[in-house]
Order: sequence, then C-alpha cells, then structure tokens
Amino acid sequence: MNGQNESSRSTISRRQFLAAAGGVTFVIAAGAFAPDIFAEESRSVPGEDKQITAWVRVQEDGRIIIYNPAAEMGQGSMTALAVIIAEEMDADWADVQIEFSPIEPSTYGLQWGGKLGGPMITVGSRTVRGYYHALRHAGAQARYVLLHNAAEKWGVPMAELNTGQSVVIHKAGGRKMSYGEIAAFAKAPPQLPEIPEVEWRKPEDFRLIGKVIPRFDIPGKVDGSAMFSIDVQVPGMVYGAISRSPVNGSKPELLNEEDVRETEGLIDIVQLDHGIGVIAETYEQALNAKKKLQISWSKGAKAEGFDSVKAYALYHKTAQDKSVQGEVVERSGDVAQALRSAYKTYDIEYNTDFAYHAQMEPLNAVVSVAADGKSAEAWVGSQAPDTARRAISETLNIDFSQVTLHPCYLGGGFGRRSMADYVEEATLLSNKIRRPVKLIWTREDDVQYGAFRPICLQRMQAATDEKGNLTGWGHCITGTGGGLLDSGATINYYTIPNRLIEVRNIDHGVRTKHWRSVAHGPNKYAIEAFLDEIAVDQGIDPYELRRRLMKDHPRELKVLDEAAALATWGEIDKEGRARGIAFCERSGSFSAAVVEISLDRSSGQIRVHRVWAALDAGVVVQPDNAIAQMEGGIVMGISNVLQESITFRNGKVRQSNFHDYPILRMADAPESIEVRLIPSREAPQGIGEASLPLMGGAIANAFLKLTGKPLRHMPFTPERVLEALEG
Amino acid sequence: MKTSFTLNGKAVQVETAPDATLLWTLRDALGMTGAKFGCGASLCGVCTVHLDGMPVRSCLTPISMAAGRSVTTIEGLAEEELHPLQKAWIDEQVPQCGYCQPGQIMQAAALLRSNPRPTREEIVSYMNGILCRCGTYLRIIKAIERASQSR
Ligand code: FES
Ligand code: FES
Repeated sequence: MNGQNESSRSTISRRQFLAAAGGVTFVIAAGAFAPDIFAEESRSVPGEDKQITAWVRVQEDGRIIIYNPAAEMGQGSMTALAVIIAEEMDADWADVQIEFSPIEPSTYGLQWGGKLGGPMITVGSRTVRGYYHALRHAGAQARYVLLHNAAEKWGVPMAELNTGQSVVIHKAGGRKMSYGEIAAFAKAPPQLPEIPEVEWRKPEDFRLIGKVIPRFDIPGKVDGSAMFSIDVQVPGMVYGAISRSPVNGSKPELLNEEDVRETEGLIDIVQLDHGIGVIAETYEQALNAKKKLQISWSKGAKAEGFDSVKAYALYHKTAQDKSVQGEVVERSGDVAQALRSAYKTYDIEYNTDFAYHAQMEPLNAVVSVAADGKSAEAWVGSQAPDTARRAISETLNIDFSQVTLHPCYLGGGFGRRSMADYVEEATLLSNKIRRPVKLIWTREDDVQYGAFRPICLQRMQAATDEKGNLTGWGHCITGTGGGLLDSGATINYYTIPNRLIEVRNIDHGVRTKHWRSVAHGPNKYAIEAFLDEIAVDQGIDPYELRRRLMKDHPRELKVLDEAAALATWGEIDKEGRARGIAFCERSGSFSAAVVEISLDRSSGQIRVHRVWAALDAGVVVQPDNAIAQMEGGIVMGISNVLQESITFRNGKVRQSNFHDYPILRMADAPESIEVRLIPSREAPQGIGEASLPLMGGAIANAFLKLTGKPLRHMPFTPERVLEALEG
Repeated sequence: MKTSFTLNGKAVQVETAPDATLLWTLRDALGMTGAKFGCGASLCGVCTVHLDGMPVRSCLTPISMAAGRSVTTIEGLAEEELHPLQKAWIDEQVPQCGYCQPGQIMQAAALLRSNPRPTREEIVSYMNGILCRCGTYLRIIKAIERASQSR
C-alpha cells in the first residue's frame, strides 16, 4: 500500500471523545488540537490546556495528557509508551492521563527502523521497542519546552534550571514553578531542538521505566466503562450483519430478497462481493434477517475442494521432492554434503494445523457515512487504525482527510485486527443507507470467515559426526500462506556449521493471516522437538545438548540457564510427571521455558502443571506487565498446542464456535507460572509474543521424556496422543 | 412487548421484540454495555450478569425471564466504593484486553456471595465457564483469593 505519509494535518482540528454513562451517550469535544501546533501562537488562551508538543498537553490544574499512538489490545503498551515520555519529561506519574493520539501516521506512526512517521500499526511486538528511542526524545523535548518557558518568565538562563516531578526548579533563585503553572502562559519556542542522547536521563536515574506502575486502562476494565468499538453508540445508529462466502472466493446470489425484506425491523439489504449484508433497527432483527437469507454461491473458487487433512500428503510429497528448490530463508555451508558424509542422519516431519485467533471480542465496527457520501466517521478497534482509515477513504473514494477515526480498545487482536476487512464491510453497509451502522460479526462468522495461521509441515534433517556433534541442519517448510511461514525458522543462537532453511509454498486460496508470533509457533515447535529427539537418540540430556549448541552465544545461554535453574532442571521428576525445555527468540527477545506435564493414559489428555520461564528483553519498561504478557502467552500457547485446530473440507471451515474450537479454560491452565526477567541495559525488545512459541517444543519434549514417544502433529489432542502412545 | 424489572437497583421498563434476549436489551436498549457478547451460545460466559443474585448467561436469557426480577450488571456491582473483587482485580492487575473481565467479575461476585471463603478448587470449578483468551486465569484466581481474604 502506498501513500503511507499522506496527511490530513489541517483537517483534524478538534478531537471528539465518546463517553457513555448510565446508558446515555454523549459527545464531548476535548481541547483543541493540531499536530503542527507551533504554527499557532494564538493558542495561549488562559484557562485552556496547552499543547506542549505533539505528544503532550498540560492543563493548568497540573494534569498532563500524553498521547498513545498504539492500539491497546491488552498488551499494555498504552501505559508503557506514556511511561517513556513521562520519564524523560520528568512528570509526576500521578499527574499523567493517557489518550489515544489522532490517527495521523506522519506524526504518530513508526517506521520499522524506529523513526517517527510511518504506519500506525501494532504488530510484531514492535510498539515499545520501536517507539522507545523516539519517545524518550519526545519526552526530552517536552521537558525542554517547559524549561524554556520558565526561563523566559524568570529571565534567567535555561542552564540554571532543573526539573523534578512536574516542577521546574531554579535553585539559585530559590524558586519553583509547576508544569501546570507554566501551562497557563506557555508558548511554543520557535523551534523544537534536537536533544542529544547524552542529555537524556541516565538509566540508573530512571524513576518510572522499569518500575512497577499499574496499567492506566485497568480501572475502566473492571467497572465496565472501558469502550470497545462494540460498545459505541451514536445517535441514529442501526445494526448490520453479513452472511459471507462459505468457500473463500465464491460469489453470492440472493434467492429470496422479498422474503427477507419482510423481516421485522429490516432497513436494507446490501449486495457485497463476498456476501449479503442486512441492516436492521436492532442487532437481533439483523440476525433474524440474516438467518432467512437463501443464497446461491458461485462455483469455481480456488479454495473449492480444499481438504486440510488430506493436504499433509501433498506437503509431505513436496517436502521430499528432491527436484524442487523452495525459497531459501538461509543457506550456509553445504547441507547435502554434510548429510552425505554424516556419521548419522535424522529426517523427521512435524505437522501443525490451522489456528484461529479467537479474540474474545468478535470483529465489529461502527461507521457513519455522511448524507452526501463525502465524509465519514468511524469507531474501530484496530491494530492498524491508519490502514482502517485508508480502507474507508478508498471504499468511499474520498480523501483520507475526510475520514475521522476514533480508536477504541480492542477485545484482543493477536494479528487478526491488523486487517481492515470488517471496517470496509461496515463502510459499505453505512454507505448504502448513509446512516451510522454497527456491524457485528457473530462468533460463527468470526470462525468461519476467519483468516488463519496457516497449516504447515516442517521437514527437519540433521547430520551428526561420531561424537554426536551436529554438522548439518535442513529445515524445509511446506504449507500455505507464503510469507507467513518462515518466521522463527532461523536459529543463529545454535552453532551448526551447514544449514539450509527453505519454504515451499502452495496456495490453496484460503484466508490466512498473522497470528500471535506468526510462524514461530510451528517452527520453534519443530526445531525444539527435533533437537530433543536427537538428544534422546544420542543419550544426551536435552538441556545439555542446547547448552553445547549455544556455547558461542552467552546472552542466549544465560536465558536458557535461568529457566533451567528456576525449574531445578535435573531434579528427579515426581511419579507420573516429566519436564521439557525449549528456547526461542522472537521480536528481538530471548526466552526459555520448562514445563512439567502429566498424562492421563486412558484418555490421552496431557496436563501442564507448572511452567518456569526466563526472558531477556533488554530494558523492560513495565516489568509486571511483561510478566503478565509472558503468562498470557504461555496460557494461549498451551491452548493452541493442546487443542486448537481449524480444518477445511470441500473448501469450508468445519468449526464454528467454542464447542468445536475450544480454547483453554481455567481448569486446564497450569497451577503456577514463574517468570524471571533478566536485568539488562540493552535496548528494549518485543515481549508480547515471546513465550507463546515455547510451548509446542517444551510440551512435546516433556512428553518424550515421560513416555519415550514423540509428538509430531500439533495440536496434541487426546486422539493424537493415544495414537502416539501406540506408535 | 413491554418488560419491567429492576436494573442495578432502579426500576426500568423496556419495549422489545418478544424474542429479545437480556444481553442485547441491556446493551442496546438500556446502554449497559458492560455485559459483553462473545459467542451467543452459552459457551464463553463474557455476557454473565446477575438475575436475583444468580449468575446467568444473558445471551441466552429471554428478556421475559427478567420480568419483575432484579438484574445486576458490572456497572451496578460497586456500591459506595468499588466491590472488593474490583479492587482485587486492580491490585493483581488482572485484565489484559479486558473484554472477558466483566463476565469474570460477575461470576466471581456470585461465587463469593454463596461461598465467601472458597478453596482454589472451588474457585476453578465455579469460574471454569468464563473464557479468557488473553490467559489471565492465574491472576483471576489470585484476585478472588485476595478479595475473599479481605472480607
Ligand atoms: S456470549 Fe453468552 S456465553 Fe458467550
Ligand atoms: S482479558 Fe482478554 S479475554 Fe480476558
């Protein structure tokens, strides 16, 4: 997509916030705002709050409003980013309030290299690590503006001033002025200077970064006031529902329009490319109309006939085919030669089924297209609000600047909500009737028209010499979803001389998407399970084998050692229990985990009792939140590894709700999860996806220890476990 | 169809279709959006509210069942101050995305009313019907234990 930097600076002049109280919804216009505030000297009206920089507003009562540019979907970065700014501007945290920034990618977006001005997209655990440097600078600049104004007021050189928790201090003159007092007269300096990094706060002086600070969004999430887009109500709003193609790519023809029009409360029917939409006065009426729809679907879509169970045979054939060379992810040395001259070789395949995001808030959006069709307003929970805003403008063929998007909390994202399909749909519905429409996907819609983590098969090959050293490593990934298949396949932290990692993609025409940690789940599972099978065959302790492979990588090794120590690795397991270990790198972080499992041999049910994990994510801005993310990733990982599977037959998704796509319940969660964060001064790295990919390998490895049998197909459902026990 | 009942301590009357559910009536007609929609099939529990003090899945509760009774949603749980569970939820920093949490808290409040000192096993079995995709279960257990001890 191009035009990432197009801007609507001039048109967003006021921000509007929705609030709901006691069932009444009203719109409050908040303080004036324009990103290029320094053009407007006239802003210093007494009594109004003051835009200090594009990121910070200060009120005369001392409240400090910090803008959050990222989606808040539970990962907590809304608080972490504000902490970073508050640290450098020397704000008293008690004064800080956080608001979503305007959806202005040129000001608030982030380039992949960490510079401001790029997509506003919350993916790949990139938020804190990506914004860290830029927002420390932004905080330092805000502090500069406050100092500058105080210096002018007092007529003293800035160099004589200092700050301390929302106060500017002039020691020589024995004076103090609060940030709120400064806001009353503050003017923007003619130019915002670059503040060199040496002048930023020293890590040893951090008051906020690395300290336990409660998350800003949590109080609203315990009293029901947190606004998800599904909760937004705007005057005149009606409801939409859509019946979508059961086979991706098939086109609808509505057979009983007249019947459907009879439905009580029905307002309109909307023909879409991939489905039929209905709009009604209430959501339940929309669902009634949807139920009545009789649709004939066109034949010939690519996905037709796709069978995901049978697909593995094709992947196997493709992975074994010597005449095929896939897309190379990494090649070093000569694996073929290493395999030929090996003392011993290993060649094992691992399968992983499709996975569904199952975010608890089904997809939904509120879009209101103006009566003349020339502008629109939207309330959306999106991981990519600028993509959503652009999708609306492109759908309506109007300028980006004519769309106002109000970001809402996301009831889970996990990669699903960086796609704007549901926003586009809501736009089409609203455009048909030029009224605000809230489109809600049912859970069945959300499952059946899902965009899944792709199915894949990992063919793993290894060569060892007579001492058992790994001399060659082959990893061939076959599956669907193209670019979604290779993340996490490289293993630079294991020293193995000859390596070939490649992807052989087959397009089935089904919908695929990033899913928390993308391909790290399947790839780390295959890598770590394969290593354990080699270790067992060689009679080496699996932890020891990894230690040897990591001898050149002390930082990674330390993480592995910490997890092993936390789990008292080597201790004799309790009767009927066993431990397994795994290592992972994701989004720059290193993590390791040990799990303890037991097995019900009659039902085939695996139970994870305890988990110990270590994480090196560089500087951790919000330690308790980092632990929460590790815990959440572990629970979601166990869920995925033990029970989650989407299957297709005749091109159709066979699952539809939580009865046939179960996600982990409390009774099946581990009894304890212990996380150790490794102290570090290195740059911050991504945390939200760090622990999830550990679970496949760690559980398979514990199972191998417990039973002597490998698990080679995720999820490890009871049926598959029983099969493995017999095998 | 008109239905009268008590909502968070106040008398309300609402006009709906006869087959309307309590969930969508609360959310859309009465503005109580704390009760969430997750599955519509009694599988996830995020729509949990209290009917005469008992937890119900409002997505499958017909509005007629509320007639003449008392409904409490997350918005009405706190009295003068936050409910001990809400405080414990903040202390333990339970929510991640937060979407399931009104349902979790309402279910937990019903538990503590009938069993003020539940064991861990009792907590788990009572709470098992409420899903959390973000995986906050261990913090939920800690928060319930904390609230139960603080009483
Ligand atoms: S929405 Fe009622 S149980 Fe899921
Ligand atoms: S906090 Fe996200 S689903 Fe529970």
